[in-house]
Amino acid sequence: MFDYETLRVIWWALLGILLIGFAIMDGFDFGIAALLRVLTRTEEERLVLLETIEPTWEGNQVWFILGGGAAFAAWPMLYAVSFSGMYLAIFLVLLAFIVRPVGFNFRGKVHDPRWRNVWDWVLVLSGVVVILISGVAFGNLFLGVPFQFDGNLRMTWHGSFFELLHPFALVAGLVSLSMLLAHGACWAAYKADHVIAERAARIARWATLAYAVFYVVAGIWLAYGVAGFAIVGPVVTDGPSNPLYKEVARGSSWFASYLQYPWFWAAPVLGLLGAIGVQLSVAKRGLGAFLCSSVMVAGTILSAGFALFPFLLPSSLDPRSSLTVWDASSSRGTLELMLGAALVFMPIIIAYTSWVFHVLRGRVTLEHIRQSGHTY
Amino acid sequence: MIIDADVVTLSRMQFALTALYHFLFVPLTLGLVWMLAIMESVYVMTGREVWKRMTQFWGILFGINFAMGVATGVTMEFQFGMNWAYYAHYVGDVFGTPLAIEGLMAFFLEATLVGLFFVGWDRVSRVTHLLVTWFLALATSLSALWILIANGWMQNPVGSAFNPETMRMEVTSFSEVFFNPVAQAKFVHTVSAGYVLGSMFVLSISAWYLLRGRNVDFAKRSMTVAASFGLAASLSVVVLGDVSGYAVSQNQKMKMAAIEAMWETEPAPASFTLFGIPDIENRTTHFALRIPWVMGLIGTHSIDEPIPGIHDLVDDAKSRIDQGILAYDAMLVLRADRNNAQAKAILAAHDKDLGYALLLKRYIDDPRKATPEDIQRAADSTIPNVPVLFWAFRIMVACGFYFIALFAFSFWKASKRQLDKDRWYLRLAFCSLPLPWLAAELGWIVAEYGRQPWSIEGVLPTALGVSSVTTGQVWTSLGGFVLFYTALAVIDVVLMVKFARKGPDGLGLWPPGQPSTAPAATIIPVQT
Repeated sequence: MFDYETLRVIWWALLGILLIGFAIMDGFDFGIAALLRVLTRTEEERLVLLETIEPTWEGNQVWFILGGGAAFAAWPMLYAVSFSGMYLAIFLVLLAFIVRPVGFNFRGKVHDPRWRNVWDWVLVLSGVVVILISGVAFGNLFLGVPFQFDGNLRMTWHGSFFELLHPFALVAGLVSLSMLLAHGACWAAYKADHVIAERAARIARWATLAYAVFYVVAGIWLAYGVAGFAIVGPVVTDGPSNPLYKEVARGSSWFASYLQYPWFWAAPVLGLLGAIGVQLSVAKRGLGAFLCSSVMVAGTILSAGFALFPFLLPSSLDPRSSLTVWDASSSRGTLELMLGAALVFMPIIIAYTSWVFHVLRGRVTLEHIRQSGHTY
Repeated sequence: MIIDADVVTLSRMQFALTALYHFLFVPLTLGLVWMLAIMESVYVMTGREVWKRMTQFWGILFGINFAMGVATGVTMEFQFGMNWAYYAHYVGDVFGTPLAIEGLMAFFLEATLVGLFFVGWDRVSRVTHLLVTWFLALATSLSALWILIANGWMQNPVGSAFNPETMRMEVTSFSEVFFNPVAQAKFVHTVSAGYVLGSMFVLSISAWYLLRGRNVDFAKRSMTVAASFGLAASLSVVVLGDVSGYAVSQNQKMKMAAIEAMWETEPAPASFTLFGIPDIENRTTHFALRIPWVMGLIGTHSIDEPIPGIHDLVDDAKSRIDQGILAYDAMLVLRADRNNAQAKAILAAHDKDLGYALLLKRYIDDPRKATPEDIQRAADSTIPNVPVLFWAFRIMVACGFYFIALFAFSFWKASKRQLDKDRWYLRLAFCSLPLPWLAAELGWIVAEYGRQPWSIEGVLPTALGVSSVTTGQVWTSLGGFVLFYTALAVIDVVLMVKFARKGPDGLGLWPPGQPSTAPAATIIPVQT
């Protein structure tokens, strides 16, 4: 079908698509959860806001689960190194993922304000934790993380949880936080009762502004304050997946690939255009602003992926151990079969997901909640 | 390659805890969703409101359980990377694929439709809603299929080979991985167990209503569905359990011998030990009560094939360790010189035994320097915990036969329309509620604990699969999981009991059109 090199690039792109899919689809659920107590004043309003995401968040979350599964299958080393290396950070993310389904389902099951208050804050916390940690983890990719392989390709990690909190990574965390709060707010502005939608539109404007500032700061910091990684010597793009077969040097710029392929600039431009689009259209509380914030999310993640290419996970401890697109993938046969599966199932998934969103179309109003009660 | 023994123990405890916990919810999801599909089908075919209310009421309990299944399932997928990083590297090429396909083919569908099941009653047509329920049911079973294909490969690693350049197992044939006989046997056995559990859940709670004289019409119909579905499921779980046993005897002889506490190879056809006290110290079984021929028939489906005993299997392991050391040596030569033809040939001849050399890693860093004592210890370590397997298996099987009897009796009572007649029967049905959970957890223990010391049978020892993490980190996550899971378990049980006690009458679902007896504030709307 394809040669090994092409397959690896395709799976790099698919990993990106899954990540973007997760950030767009589940991102607004997390944004809404984080904003739950900011956007609402009364229990009825909370029921409205929750109902805008409750019937669909579970499906949205599968983007994350599928991302994990695809990484396991297509980039097993990336999956192994990042999840075991950032152990405690991933553990916190896991806890946030564990409390969400029970939070959504159990919150409405008991009519006691204290019970609902507790679950509200649990949901808020889960949203903030996941959004912040994903951003911080992303920031750490550019700094390099402290791992190395031995001859058996057994990985050892020499860092701690607190070392992940480098100032640059924290700025990346703020990019992520402001971006997904804006994204969630855009969804609320489109989907929730007008009382909530109005508040959401205001928050979306402030959050996109903050996003633009943090994003530009992160970009300048990356250009002047963070040393890039580069493969030195011959690059074997279709060799066996063994990171130790190459040499890597530090000191170049992460923007090197942008100089090599100027069309990469489209990604950060899209991110910022999305933010401008939100500013211009969110007052209308329509689908437009949500689409703009989706573009903003996609552009941001793409710009980071382009800068890293061909690196997936650089090692600050032993640059040679860094994982790249060329040496951290599964075997050719696995990539081929999984590509086939993805080509068959992704269109089907998109079709029934769209159908479900179509069935659930329309604004969730206070009126609706008063009439039908809380339906989840 | 330094492996911290404590990290291994803690990681295993964490995996066992989270998996056993996850498996409290999965089988109920698997079974209950089909009951919903059957009930709703009757509703759509007959148009009778009671069947819709039944679907909705059992749906509430399904929803509470489903949330817990999803919550604990996320942990399972990410734990491989967190705690078992070398495992993830070593077998991700093979093991990751069914997991990813599960997400693509089944879990996406299941998770997308579950919301519509709850809120869609008034938004889509009756038939469309029924289709949603059917696809939901289908997707949950498909999920199980792909997860068990992954698990079946751990029990019987077919269709793959070791690649010395990448230091991992890589796929050589997907069809062998997908059509692995062990995986197929496990799939049918496990989903049937889930169907039994779902049936028992409905049967027991309905019996409780009948004991109290509440929701009589509602409960009798529910029990009829549960009895029919449960009878079919419990018959298949035992028959297919036998297929599963046959697959084990062909591929995991040590697990089979441990289940039987069979220390010596018996002449064919082997007898079945009904009762006995296995003694690990002296490697014998006291007070063994044996039934001639039965084990030979179950294990080999023949009367002339012997079933090897533990002592002979340990000797086997010893010779495989010797061969494995040759492969390990060739692998190291190849690392220094990628094109060494002689080493390639040696590795190719012995790579099936490489995993046995890795067993030595627990005792010595370089398997090539192993003494005969090290080799003996490593060979001895291939014996799993015999008494635990022996008893877990027997209790599970006893439960299985009890389920057939109970469901057959229920079915007979249902067909004579006498479900609400005998209080002793209703009490028995109610008290049987926890048994399928017990059987399911024991089944998990037989399958997974019985696989030790291997995480991938014959390929990768469990101890070798762990991550480079500290005991402090694993203690933190283990403590966190215990705390979180305990809290969630308490809340889950409280909610389940609360909603089961309220019943369809207390929730305003039944009888339709009549005011509910419950206080207005606690009425949960119909669509919940």
